[in-house]
Formats: sequence, structure tokens, C-alpha cells
Amino acid sequence: MLKQEFLNALKEGLKGLPEKDIEERLTFYGEMIDDRIEEGRTEEEAVKEIGTVDEVVQQIVAETPLAKIVKEKIKPKRKMRAWEIVLLILGFPLWFPLLVAAGAVVLALYVTLWSLVIALWAIEVAFIVSAVALMIGAIVLFASGHGTTGLLALGAALILAALSIFLFFGCVAASKGTVLLAKKIVIGVKNLFVGKERTK
Amino acid sequence: MDIQLKRGMLDVCVLAAIKDEDSYGYKIIKDLKPYVELSESTLYTILKRLEAASMLTTRTAEHDGRLRKYYHITDAGHRRIEEFKREWKEVISIYQFVIKGEEEHA
Repeated sequence: MLKQEFLNALKEGLKGLPEKDIEERLTFYGEMIDDRIEEGRTEEEAVKEIGTVDEVVQQIVAETPLAKIVKEKIKPKRKMRAWEIVLLILGFPLWFPLLVAAGAVVLALYVTLWSLVIALWAIEVAFIVSAVALMIGAIVLFASGHGTTGLLALGAALILAALSIFLFFGCVAASKGTVLLAKKIVIGVKNLFVGKERTK
Repeated sequence: MDIQLKRGMLDVCVLAAIKDEDSYGYKIIKDLKPYVELSESTLYTILKRLEAASMLTTRTAEHDGRLRKYYHITDAGHRRIEEFKREWKEVISIYQFVIKGEEEHA
């Protein structure tokens, strides 16, 4: 790939970011390629050392805050005409509830994602509390002469304690997994806005 | 390595690379190569961050018929390096304390 092809592809890939940011990135990468050529590499080699366009785009998207991308997306590309503004105001009762609903859906999805983790931790806490309670119960039962029932309570307490230890690792894994998933979702949302729809 | 720690170190590495004379993107990457591998994207982010923090300034100069961006360290940048040196003196003395026992047992 030659320098100009690389820069053109990068420009396409970054579409959706602010114009100024894209220009600056292109100048930066262009200079990097030129400096490598000056050192004696061929144009193709110099481009290859920078990495693939996809890699570079992914890294840039991951580093750019979501808010910046969304802001660029909703920024009008030209001045609005008078009738468009009038329509916007008249349509307020229609589009405002829709916007709120869309926001609520996104929030609900996010809460759902975390509710599994919260539920797991709740079970974990319940197990620990019941294990401790049964342990105390067993002591009381032994003391009051109900040996057999006390033994049963002690057994149940030990089983719950063991289960809570296993579940603890499950909880930690689920929490970590959800954090990763949440991050992936954010990157996925960013990719929706940046670049042309790639055929993948 | 802890990501926050690494980020702080890379910032100082880049400042150190422009500490004695102004430098440009590719030269910074080459100068740092024996110590840390920096990708272009990473360097770009660091330079932006340092510029926003007024630790460096930029100027564009003509070189060989094309433009090249040079980075110049500011007083705030120099102060950051000094601060880093002080911090790490402490870290090293703690490290010495931590490994002291190990050497005696070995």
C-alpha cells in the first residue's frame, strides 16, 4: 500500500470524528511515513511499519471518548432553515418522548446487564449469612440437648459455607466478565458512528 | 504493569526524549525504542495529553521541502521530570528495603 492510499483509507475509516481531529491525525501519520522513507525505506515498507488501517482506526476509536463521537454525529452539517426550525418546534411533542424512550431503553439494557451480577452477589451474601446463622443455631441446639437436630444444622451450615466459597469465585468472574462486556459494548457503539459501514 | 503507572512513565519518557533538544515524532519513537516500544497511535495520544497539560509546545518547520512538527519541552515539562525523579528515588529505596531480607537468606 502506498502512502496516499493509506491516508485515504484512514480518512474513510475515521469518518464521524471531528474534521479537525482527522486532519491532524493524517498529518501526523503522513509525517511518520515520510520520515521512514527519508531513512531509506521504500514507500511500501514505510506504510507497512505503521500497521494496517484497521488496527490504527480501532486504536483511535478506543481512545476517543464516546461523548465526542456522539456530539460530532448530532452536530448539524449546515445551518438549519427557518421551516426546519419551525418543524422541529412543532414536532417537539412527538420527538421528545421518543428521545426519552430511547434513552430509557439504553439505560434499561445497561441495568439488566448489571442485575445478573448484583443477583449473584446477593445469593453469595445470603449463603454466608445463612451459614453463620445455622452455625449459631447448631450451637444453641447442642446446648439445649437437641443433638440430632443440631447435627443437621451444623451439616447444613458447612454445606452452605462450602457453596459460598465456590460461588465467590463465580461472582468475581461474572463481575470481571461484565466489566469487559460493558467496555466491548461501548467500543461497539463507537464503531457504529465512526467510519463507513465496513463489509464484515 | 499497572496501566495508570505505565501511562505516567510513558509521559515522562516522551518528555525526556525532548528534554535536551526539540524533536519530532519519528525521532522520539526511534530514541525510545531501546527502552520502550511505542506505537504511532500511543505516541500521538501522549503528545496530545502533554500539550494539553502545557508540558510541551509544538511548532511546524519546513524540512526537505515538506512540513515537520517539532515538540519543545516547557518549564512545566522539566518540573514533571524532576518530580518523577524524586518519586522514583522513594520507590527505589522502598524496593531496596523489600528485597533486603531476600538477599540475606540467599
